[in-house]
Amino acid sequence: MNEMRTLILDTAERIFRDICDQALVDKAEKGEWPAGLWQTLEESGLTQASVPEERGGAGGTIGDGLYFLKTASRYVAPLPLAETLIAGVLLAEAGADVPAGPLTIAPVRKGEVIEFSDGKLSGTASRVPFAHGASAIVVATSAGLAIVDPKNVKIDRDKSMAGEPRDTVTFDGASATIVGSVSPDRIWELGALARSVQMAGALEGILAMSVQYVQDRKQFGRTLSKFQAVQQSLAAMAGQVAAASSASDTAIEATEAGDPGVAIAVAKARVGEAAGVAAELAHQAHGAIGFTHEYALHQFTRRLWGWRDEFGGEPYWQAEIGRQVAKAGADNLWKFASRT
Amino acid sequence: MTTALTYPPRTLGPEQEAMRAEVRAFLQKDYAAGGFGRGQEAMARYDVEFSRRWGQAGFIGITWPKQYGGRGLTFLDRYVVTEEALAAGAPVGAHWVADRQSGPLLLKYGTEEQRQRFLPKIIAGEAFFCIGMSEPDSGSDLASVRMSATRVDGGWKLNGTKLWTSLAHICHYMIALVRTSPVNPENRHEGMSQMIVDLKAPGVEVRPVYNLAGEHHFNQEVFTDYFVPDENVVGEIGAGWEQVMSELAYERSGPERILSTFQTLVELVRQVGDDPSEVEARAIGRLTAHLMTLRGMSVSVAGMLADGKMPVTEAALVKDVGTNYCKEVPEMARLICPPEDGAGNSKYEKMLKTATLIAPSLTIQGGTREILRGMIARGLGLR
Repeated sequence: MNEMRTLILDTAERIFRDICDQALVDKAEKGEWPAGLWQTLEESGLTQASVPEERGGAGGTIGDGLYFLKTASRYVAPLPLAETLIAGVLLAEAGADVPAGPLTIAPVRKGEVIEFSDGKLSGTASRVPFAHGASAIVVATSAGLAIVDPKNVKIDRDKSMAGEPRDTVTFDGASATIVGSVSPDRIWELGALARSVQMAGALEGILAMSVQYVQDRKQFGRTLSKFQAVQQSLAAMAGQVAAASSASDTAIEATEAGDPGVAIAVAKARVGEAAGVAAELAHQAHGAIGFTHEYALHQFTRRLWGWRDEFGGEPYWQAEIGRQVAKAGADNLWKFASRT
Repeated sequence: MTTALTYPPRTLGPEQEAMRAEVRAFLQKDYAAGGFGRGQEAMARYDVEFSRRWGQAGFIGITWPKQYGGRGLTFLDRYVVTEEALAAGAPVGAHWVADRQSGPLLLKYGTEEQRQRFLPKIIAGEAFFCIGMSEPDSGSDLASVRMSATRVDGGWKLNGTKLWTSLAHICHYMIALVRTSPVNPENRHEGMSQMIVDLKAPGVEVRPVYNLAGEHHFNQEVFTDYFVPDENVVGEIGAGWEQVMSELAYERSGPERILSTFQTLVELVRQVGDDPSEVEARAIGRLTAHLMTLRGMSVSVAGMLADGKMPVTEAALVKDVGTNYCKEVPEMARLICPPEDGAGNSKYEKMLKTATLIAPSLTIQGGTREILRGMIARGLGLR
């Protein structure tokens, strides 16, 4: 890891540890914008770590931004950090400046199209993350990439099962300027990558919580960690978490190298599967307390359950990989899998 | 709060890809010439002639120093050589143990005379070794081994039985873990030693143990007043436990732990064809995503070994996740392409059958799932 990345991750770790606690996440889920946390991150240059300096960012790589996102997700930071990262990448790729403040992206679901003609937008995007409160919405339209002021669109608020804003945005009649080009699947691909990274971070979080909990909790006169059944269960969980982290790190590295190939599909499919299995094991390890609102585990597991379905769940990406494998043919399976 | 085990992605360099090209060229030529039959669980399948050709082509002991005939290359180079052989389904069983762990053990603990006596022959594919650890009453609990070695003039006399010894019937040597002094209840790991046993010498009887498929893969060896000369003791008398633990670090995370049923996946892809249904595409995609992830983890561990680290827990985790994956391959294959549906591809049916039959062994040999998860739990700080 280079010096810049170490600095980014150390700074992020410190900020989240100091500020991003259970109470802050709880308030955010109830609708209170965590302005202090956002401001601290923005002032440290972390919210636009991947944006080139000449476009208004910190000048890091996309890998810097994604590893920052993984750190943020170990603390389930309740902010549009993934969306701001993706918006920044899209704008920089299109050759446009990146505005300050929290950003989001649209559309985020397959089949939704936002049309652009005569300087006006039309169409509706559903489940847009953090649309209300965003300083700008970066939209992949039929004619290219546009920056839209949220004041000019109709926003119907809704939430994910994790209490994260997922709004319906009606663009009809909003004026916009095309700032550059964007390929139709770019948001989808970056979204799948970002959610894989976020899940990998949250999975490391629930493993750490579970390991701590079974060492603290006593039953039958000894800590849960002394029971072989519990040890075996947490070891199985560690296997899922390690696989998830490896798959998502591999996708980060491949993206940074400019040739993600199938790595993002592999990450979303593998991490999504790990999320379901590990969340189940984490709850089992915690017993009844983990099912309460009072205890923080649900802040992680509700996000895992939601994120795994966004930007294509496991079936979508598995089928994508499967079709590529079938097309390559049985005798090329090894070359495909070893990327050689 | 970092309890998670990490597997930093490791990119193989141009040297490794050159090595891959060399191995692939050899395998393609050898296969085309009718040199070997493809199969699964390749390290249990053997072909003495193939091993000799493999050794003479320079693919055994490639990490070992040049003075013994090795190539002085890294663990990553070795990784590429072994994964290519396994992916091709080549029968590497005869030389497997000598290449993976007996040679490295002699390099680390053996005498100079032992290295000169054995390493060139291993490298040439002419000396095969097997692992003498398990006994009838010592499986997972390796510290309970009972085979005794008593001091005699010029060496040691062995009495006892070894069991589950893969391919002992074709091997020349075994490295046996024996008790050189009685059990100390305070420290069960004391008093054990490792010795090179010539399986062709008098005093040892190798008996077949047929597996559930009726195949002769492992064996039982009964030692009766078997003489081991002093020059065949490996390392220190009494340090056997520590030496065995270091040997096992090489055993656990290699490509053999993720590719044992790979040919079933290959034939499943062939069976499904180039226009899969949604359900077929998902199943193949899922199995491929798991394989690619596991390979990344396994290469990462090879990189740690190349860096001189001892990633014991990381390796145990790869073996746990990898062997469970290998068992899932035939189970998922039979659900999407049922073999009784008259699919007609006899190769698919054959691979599915052998994968199903070898599956139970995968999470038992080389450390059971329960032992591995115990190790992982220790790594997490739970024990």
